[in-house]
Amino acid sequence: MRLIGKVAIVTGGGSGLGKATCQRFAEEGALVVVTDINLESARQVVADILATDGKAQAKHQDVTDERRWTEILEQVVSDHGRLDILVNNAGVALAATVEDETLEKWRKTQAVNGESVFMGTRAAIAVMKEQGGSIINISSVEGLIGEPLAAAYNFSKGGVRIFTKSAALHCAAKNYAIRVNSLHPGYIATPMIEQVAQTMDPEVVGEWQARVMGSIPVGCMGEPIDIANGCLFLASDESRYMTGAELVIDGGYTAR
Amino acid sequence: MSNSFSLNNKVVLVTGAGAGIGRAIAKQLAGARAQVMLSDIDSTTCAQACDELSTAGCRVASHAHDVTSEDDWKRVLTATVSRFNGLDVLVNNAGIYAGSMLLDSPIEQYRRLNKVNVESVFLGMKLAAEIMKIGGTVGNGGSIINMSSVAGLKGVSGDAAYGATKGAVRLCTKHLAVEFARLGYGIRVNSVHPGLIATDMGNQVLEDAVASGLAPDFDTANILFSQMIPMGHFGSGEDVANMVQFLASDASKYCTGAEFVVDGGLLAG
Repeated sequence: MRLIGKVAIVTGGGSGLGKATCQRFAEEGALVVVTDINLESARQVVADILATDGKAQAKHQDVTDERRWTEILEQVVSDHGRLDILVNNAGVALAATVEDETLEKWRKTQAVNGESVFMGTRAAIAVMKEQGGSIINISSVEGLIGEPLAAAYNFSKGGVRIFTKSAALHCAAKNYAIRVNSLHPGYIATPMIEQVAQTMDPEVVGEWQARVMGSIPVGCMGEPIDIANGCLFLASDESRYMTGAELVIDGGYTAR
Repeated sequence: MSNSFSLNNKVVLVTGAGAGIGRAIAKQLAGARAQVMLSDIDSTTCAQACDELSTAGCRVASHAHDVTSEDDWKRVLTATVSRFNGLDVLVNNAGIYAGSMLLDSPIEQYRRLNKVNVESVFLGMKLAAEIMKIGGTVGNGGSIINMSSVAGLKGVSGDAAYGATKGAVRLCTKHLAVEFARLGYGIRVNSVHPGLIATDMGNQVLEDAVASGLAPDFDTANILFSQMIPMGHFGSGEDVANMVQFLASDASKYCTGAEFVVDGGLLAG
């Protein structure tokens, strides 16, 4: 049990990758604070964890709300005395090419996928700087390579990738024992993948699915547990010499 | 309680396991309940490493291994499969280092580095994949882990030849990850990129830096190099072994063709 005694916050923990990560952390003994904009989904994840003798609590969180970040970190420190792990996982995928994208939708993507990661990282560092910790920023293969249908998403996830390195170097320079790394999932079978198709023009969905699925060298999507295990590795002391690095879990998608 | 990082019963071959990172990898994986064949060109230190683990109750064996020899590869792989009744993981760790400025470097130095660091990896992957691939003589698929380096990603004065070999390891890893996936072999291939690690090879990096004029003496070189690392210190063999364990285990079953950097932040800036 790698995470006994540790306190973790996972944003967007109510579904998909976040949910799997919450469950995996709880299995390894962490107390998991599950946050989500959909409080009911977070509560369900917590109920499942408690039913297997794990430790968890749910909080409503809009990750674009700066004040809410402050509140949540204060509550966690007040309730549990520490924060060891933050997984900045919450995100949205709103498909559009550079030509079709609107400034309003672009800004929403940057706010949820990018600003949240900045605010979360900053808030966690303030709490973790004395005793150390691990911050895991969920980027994507779309933070490594371009996808014509995902201009805003690419911009946000590429930003997460390099911002992570800035934060990592800052913490190292300040001698905080805080590691900051990015994790880059490929195509994983989650609600987000199902939902992103709904944000596309119907006539391009079929072509996109064929192109993307046909490009994955291993021939299939990954499972949420694949990402959860990556998060576990980065959260645990096994990765104590990793910071500012990228953990790519993508079935070979970016190798080709 | 699940333990996805366990290697319960997986059969692993670790080359260059007599010392340094390879020895740490063998120890870590054997401790995680893998069955480990340790191989090394120095059969004495290899046997010592093996005996230590065996005394601790691990399931291990050792074999002499010149990784530039195709015959040696065949012998070691045969011995591994025969001894442990399978082959699930190959860790292509054996390698050598030499650091000097290009204009001071005989071409033979590059050729030797290439032979030990790159040809060995090709030989190992070719012969092991034949056995491991679905439809092969063992046929369970598995994980191949190739030891590259931060020098296989970025440029360092004095490391052109070494870096070229580690860059080759990095790229052939991706090519074969794609190829093996497309051919349905069930074999994942990934590269690990250690930074500066506190081993004999790490010491050699410092010694060669002094010889190349990059530092006046060993202790100064140690301080200078450590200061370059954001975390401020060299890593340990265990740090690399932890990453290798993740890649050897089913926890990384969706990872292939990727680069896993363990460098204390060296490449982040």
